[in-house]
Amino acid sequence: MTDGRADPLLTVDKLTMRFGGLVAVNDLSFVARRGDITALIGPNGAGKTTVFNCITGFYKPSCGRIALAFPVPATLDRIDALTGTGERWATHDGGGLFLLERMPDFQIAAKARIARTFQNIRLFSGMTVLENLIVAQHNPLMRASGFSLLGLFGSGSYVAAERAAVERAAHWLERIDIVDRADDSAGELPYGDQRRLEIARAMCTDPVLLCLDEPAAGLNPRESAQLNSLLRAIRDEDKTSILLIEHDMSVVMEISDHVVVLEYGTKIADGPPAEIRNDPKVIAAYLGVEDEEVQQAEAEVGI
Amino acid sequence: MATLAEERSAASPAIAWGAAVKKAAFAALVTFGLCFPIIAFRTDTDISNRLVLEPRWNLVAALVGAAFAVRFLLAVAPVRREKLKKRARRFTISDRTSNVLGILGLGLLAAYPFLAIEFTGAAGSVKWIDNFGIQILIYIMLGWGLNIVVGLAGLLDLGYVAFYAVGAYSAALLATTFGLSFWMVLPLAGILAAFWGILLGFPVLRLRGDYLAIVTLAFGEIIRMILINWIDVTGGYAGISGIPRPTFFGIPFNASDTGFAAVFGLEFTPLHRTIFLYYIILLLALLTNVVTIRLRRLPVGRAWEALREDEIACRALGINTVSTKLTAFATGAMFGGFAGAFFSARQGFISPESFVFMESAVIVAIVVLGGMGSQFGVALAAVVMIGGTEILRELDWLKTVFGPDFDPTQYRMLLFGLAMVIVMIWKPRGLISTREPSVFLKRRKTVSVEHVKEGHG
Repeated sequence: MTDGRADPLLTVDKLTMRFGGLVAVNDLSFVARRGDITALIGPNGAGKTTVFNCITGFYKPSCGRIALAFPVPATLDRIDALTGTGERWATHDGGGLFLLERMPDFQIAAKARIARTFQNIRLFSGMTVLENLIVAQHNPLMRASGFSLLGLFGSGSYVAAERAAVERAAHWLERIDIVDRADDSAGELPYGDQRRLEIARAMCTDPVLLCLDEPAAGLNPRESAQLNSLLRAIRDEDKTSILLIEHDMSVVMEISDHVVVLEYGTKIADGPPAEIRNDPKVIAAYLGVEDEEVQQAEAEVGI
Repeated sequence: MATLAEERSAASPAIAWGAAVKKAAFAALVTFGLCFPIIAFRTDTDISNRLVLEPRWNLVAALVGAAFAVRFLLAVAPVRREKLKKRARRFTISDRTSNVLGILGLGLLAAYPFLAIEFTGAAGSVKWIDNFGIQILIYIMLGWGLNIVVGLAGLLDLGYVAFYAVGAYSAALLATTFGLSFWMVLPLAGILAAFWGILLGFPVLRLRGDYLAIVTLAFGEIIRMILINWIDVTGGYAGISGIPRPTFFGIPFNASDTGFAAVFGLEFTPLHRTIFLYYIILLLALLTNVVTIRLRRLPVGRAWEALREDEIACRALGINTVSTKLTAFATGAMFGGFAGAFFSARQGFISPESFVFMESAVIVAIVVLGGMGSQFGVALAAVVMIGGTEILRELDWLKTVFGPDFDPTQYRMLLFGLAMVIVMIWKPRGLISTREPSVFLKRRKTVSVEHVKEGHG
């Protein structure tokens, strides 16, 4: 990476996802860099959520490679070497290199430390706000409770671990400013709070990459502004990189460091927001084109 | 719309007598139609062994009259039924009061056998300790075991009796074949049942909702079929008899010189064993309860509840849903196995007839009626359901009302169904329909049932 930009964290390589005859994502390659907010935008049905589901393991891609490396970035040679061995991952000093297309969804969250939120909010609505954040810390707590055996007998180490988990949850509740509602059920919260709680829950898993699927959907301008500052804080203070899908251009243009544009499953543009804003292809994809341009294009292909 | 109309009719003081009579007559007609095939005639064999029909028109008339009267009163009485319904919904036993009730109940449960002897005498108390105490406690334990699978993890298991059967048969076989004592076979039966729980869990992991329910139901039947047909091992319909009874630290409950009564210098009575069995099942049930309450506050218990709420979100948070479901199945099955081992030792004889689908249905009904996930609710429901059916056997005085042939136990299922319908109308989420959070930051607030999901399977 000679251009002075940050190291790549997530490398998506020739990703293709087919559903029967439909090609939802076609030969997509892009890089999300460490410490960046990378936005994935595109018109409805462009395949953005499909890309997310491939990255987080909810779909198995038809072909392609998705590699994540932390804390040390991986060179292409190393990724190729690991791909050749048939292994799913190679771990070293608190991190490693992970080939996500080979891993089941829960391992991507647990081992590769990718957290995600959903387009339609998926909170545990019958559990309290605090419980939602504690469930997110399941794996470390499970280890602390000796896979329930020690915890069943009330071991001190588990009690301490649980207290730490509650503190971590309280810290996030303060960050999203709903600490007063910690003991209410998550389903009772207003919509905007639910959106932010889902982000806090994802952050409680201690991720290196946070994938947000339309976090600003349905928010009013004030809530949108709050979201922007929360996401910036996550990038700058928590050192967590963000990959987000968003329709709200005020969010995308204001906070993202890098934008990838999809249309019909194919990448049509990739660059900093200022560049994307003026890209004629992107404008055409979003706003359509003038009639004469259509005629011109039709003449070119000979209709 | 309905409330509007009702409010208008409640506001107007004039009572529509004609309409009320019409409604009541219609209800009476429906009752007659229902009664005619089931109650009006009774088949009987006469002296020469022929089947004769015995008409029971008095009973039909009484029921039709009752339906008419009730419907008439409902139509006439200026009761805002919506309001009543709301009040019934608002009536919830909070978990704080249930804690106080729990401590009181614990003392009462410990003293119960002696209270029974005090009030009904040594001879009369066997029925109260055995048929009521032990029987209800077995179902409370089964209900609590199933509550882990259905109430917490949200996996509808209609074949829970299979684990009860596995526990009972493995305990009986281990005890009769290898001569192991009850205290040895009890944990083994639990472990074996848990093993079967995992074995069932694997194939059904991908199934959800109705499909899961049907497959677990089939699994229960498969186990029963094996018990019936594997005659070499299980004895088929004949079952297994001569299962050794539990001993008090090696001291048997019999009339011999080394028996319990002789050792402790008491007069021999079979009541000693019954009381001992009562305390064993009480301890087993309490163990189930304590373990479940503890598990709920551990990550695995929270993961079960999270699984019930949203499985996809669980996977996004790195929770291994496969092992989480399997632990729920295994833990629930283990308690079923303990209960089965106790059952076989209590009866001394087991056969496949004790493990029919009806048993599974009763246990599921207890869990649903109690309020899914609520420990106290499940215990309450078991007392109502099992105690209720046992009480029916006691209602001999009804014979003076309906004639000497009237047998209240025959109406067990009818009343059972009626009770279920009433509860489902007024308390659709069970008797205890609030959820106690497993952890709190400032103040413990119960979660209203509207937000708690029932699980998708």
